Parts: sequence; C-alpha cells; structure tokens
Amino acid sequence: MNIPENLKYTNDHEWVKVDGNIGTIGVTDFAQGELGDVIYVDINASDDVSKGDSCGTIEAVKTVSDVFTPVSGKIIEVNTKINDNPAIVNKDPYGEGWMLKIELSNPDELNELLSYENYKELVGA
Amino acid sequence: MGTIKKTAFYECHKKYGAKIVEFAGFEMPVQYEGIIAEHMAVRNSVGVFDVSHMGEFIVKGKDALAFVQKVTTNDASKLVKGKIQYSAACYEDGGIVDDLLVYNFGEHFMIVVNASNIEKDFAWFEKNKFGDVELINKSDDYSLLAVQGKNALNTLQKLTDVNLSEIKYYTFTEGKIAGIDAIISRTGYTGEKIGFEIYVTSDVEPSVKLWDAIFEAGKEFDIKPIGLGARDTLRLEAGYCLYGNDIDNTTNTIEAGLSWITKPAKGDFNGKPKVMSEIENGSKRKLVGFIVDGRLVARHGYEIYNNGDKIGFVTSGNTSPILGKNIGLGYVEKQFAGLGNTIKIKIRNDFVDSQIVNIPFVAKD
Repeated sequence: MNIPENLKYTNDHEWVKVDGNIGTIGVTDFAQGELGDVIYVDINASDDVSKGDSCGTIEAVKTVSDVFTPVSGKIIEVNTKINDNPAIVNKDPYGEGWMLKIELSNPDELNELLSYENYKELVGA
Repeated sequence: MGTIKKTAFYECHKKYGAKIVEFAGFEMPVQYEGIIAEHMAVRNSVGVFDVSHMGEFIVKGKDALAFVQKVTTNDASKLVKGKIQYSAACYEDGGIVDDLLVYNFGEHFMIVVNASNIEKDFAWFEKNKFGDVELINKSDDYSLLAVQGKNALNTLQKLTDVNLSEIKYYTFTEGKIAGIDAIISRTGYTGEKIGFEIYVTSDVEPSVKLWDAIFEAGKEFDIKPIGLGARDTLRLEAGYCLYGNDIDNTTNTIEAGLSWITKPAKGDFNGKPKVMSEIENGSKRKLVGFIVDGRLVARHGYEIYNNGDKIGFVTSGNTSPILGKNIGLGYVEKQFAGLGNTIKIKIRNDFVDSQIVNIPFVAKD
C-alpha cells in the first residue's frame, strides 16, 4: 500500500497536500482499494466548507462514499478529469486522481490531521 | 451462525489475488482485478465464478414430482429428464421463499437454491413434505464453478469428451471434465448465451484440479476469475432478479415479472390463491427496469417519486459497464410502470429523472 510521507491524512482516509494557502485533497490508496472501481465523483466547486463536512460523494461500483474535507475553506477547483476517466482515482490516487483544491480559511487545522506515521498505523500498513 | 465456511477453491482465490468477504456464511471472493475488468472479461471472452456456496437438495421417492409441483411455481411435469427449469418457491401467502433451479435426473430431482437461503428453504421443504418423499441436503457435497462467456465452450471442450455443443440451454448431462465426474449444466446468471455450470465433488483435490485445468485451457482466451461484485453487475444487465434485493417474502412472482415461471394451470401449489388474485385483479405494483439520467447511481432502498408522491423503491441499481449508463430495478405503482415513462429517483438530495425501459438491459448476442 502506497502512503506518501509528505502528506497529511484523516481518519476517513482522505489526504491533503498543502502549497501556500491551497490544500489539494484526495482519497488514499487504502480508500480506493476499499471502494473498488470508482465511476463518478460529485463535488461542487465554489462551495464554502468546514473541516469534517461532506463536500461531495464518490460513486464506486460497490458503494457510494462521502468525501469529508480535512480542512475548512472555499473549494476553488474540482478535478474534472476524473469524470472523463474515473479509473485514475484507483490508479493514481495521490497524483492524477486528486479530487479538489481548497483555499484554506484556517491553516491551524492542519496540525490536527494525522501524520504519515499515524496514518500508517491506522491502516495497519 | 456457526463458523464461516470456505469453499474448496479458497486457496485458489487467494492465489489469484482475491479480496475475500463474508457472504451467506462463506468466505467468498468479491473481486480480483476489479469489478469492471472482470465484468468485461465475461462479456468479451470468458470468466470463472466459484459459486460453490449455492445449495443443492435431492428430492427422491414416488411422490417427488407431486412434491416439486406443490412447493414450486413452474410446471415440473413439463420437465423431462436432462432438463432444467427456473422456478420459485412460495409461502402460502404468495411471498417468495426463494428462486431456484430444478434439475430432472429421471430417478430424482435436484433443487439448487441461493446460499443465504439454504437452511430456511430446507426447513420449509421439510415442513411441506408428504407421502413418499425423501429430501437430502447435499449442499456441502458439491463444488460448483460457473464458466461464462463466448469462449466458455471453447475452453471446456478441451477438457472433456462430452460434445458440449449438444448441451442446449437449460439442459444438463453427466460426464467427466478434466477427468473428474461432473454434472455439466448449460445455465448461468450472467445473461451470456454461452455458459456452463459444473458441479463436482467438494473434495479439495479434484476441485482444485478442475480449477487449474480450466484456467490452463482458457489461457489463450485470457480467462479470468470473477468475483461476486461482477456477478451482481452481470446479472443486473441481464435483468435477473436477486433474492433479498428484487424478490423476497414480501413480493410475489406476478408483480416481480416472473409470471413466465408461474403456471396456475398445473394444479395446486403454495401461494396459488395470491397468484390467482394478482393475475385476475392485476398487480398493484410492478418490478420495472430503469436507466438513470446522469451519473449518480440509484441503489437498493432508494425511493421512487412522481410529482412529489412516493410511488415505489429501488431494489437493485448499479452501473452498466456495457451501456456506460446507470441502470436498476425497482417496484413502481402500476399506473406509473409503463415503458418509456419517466420516474424520479431520490438520490441523496436530488430527484433524478429515470426512464423505464425493457429488461434485459443488455440482450444476448
């Protein structure tokens, strides 16, 4: 299982990568493995969201799952490439399969997220 | 519930990289490579399913036929030796106990039931026994592999002297496959025109020998193992009911679109009064197939609306990898159940337009 060391994680298996005041968010390799084939991701851009909110859903063949945002802020971009080729979430969950970008309204929240070590422990990797 | 059972193919599943889940008391493969890839393998070439969890009952005795007639809806008197019949067992009130297959072996019948219903069905059949009928639960004695898809015959023919092209749809024969005694049945749950289900002893050694022989024979066709996930998407494209989703003890065969396996003219059977009243008065609701507009998936239990009024519910829903659309089955009040009618399915906060269409969603080619 792939768990990059430079990301922050949630108990709900999202990851966030921070660049300035922009957080890029997706689901982890563990999450995509549990979901199985992803067929659609439904997220609304321009929404204001608070940490822990469901900001959209992932439709997989087996099930539907919420995407909980790890950080508060405004959704400034949604990865539209996913819905042309949803398999990128399964193939490259930390790269091409990123889901949304958020302009952080409270960067201090990042300190509450799981580190690489904590997340690795969570999924028993 | 006792301990979780493993089929004879458990180690094969692990070797082929399956994700294992508990299903109906068995450790079963839900997927290997991925549901969509497995689905397409069956539609484009050939796939192998371990369905050993299914239940098999033997019905013997002078009154065996009369018993089968009483406990099932189809007309077993039409079932000659070597033929198979899709049928259903009902309670007195017409609710469905299970859907099943009946095999006529001449001197006895074999009834094949859903894994999750084995104990319930056997108890129900025992309770309905009369005269000279012996019922034997052989569920633990059989391994069962389904080999489905256009290269199923080409794969299996390498392993047997039986001329498989002579086994017509819904018939069976007994013979050796890979040197192992087998019941070779031209049936399946995928909607594929060519597909076989092979029953052999549940002993691990011959079972694994059969698995390995099939994968070796199917290598040139890129044969793949298929999990329960793709079994569900394949049967849904074919418009086949799944017990526990589309039919159960609260539904009857007429509203479920199973009048073609319900033969009141044959005489008395469990549930006949309900069936007769449904036929004479018309069902209040009907199981329909629908295609969902857009890309959200309508799933089991979602509500169906018309002009703000609830008119039904979804019983099965998923993506159709072949159509590239999301499809489903559900019960809808009769006046809204016409082909081409638009219904609204409540998917979280949205009411999503969906069109009622003919079943099967994907026709056999």
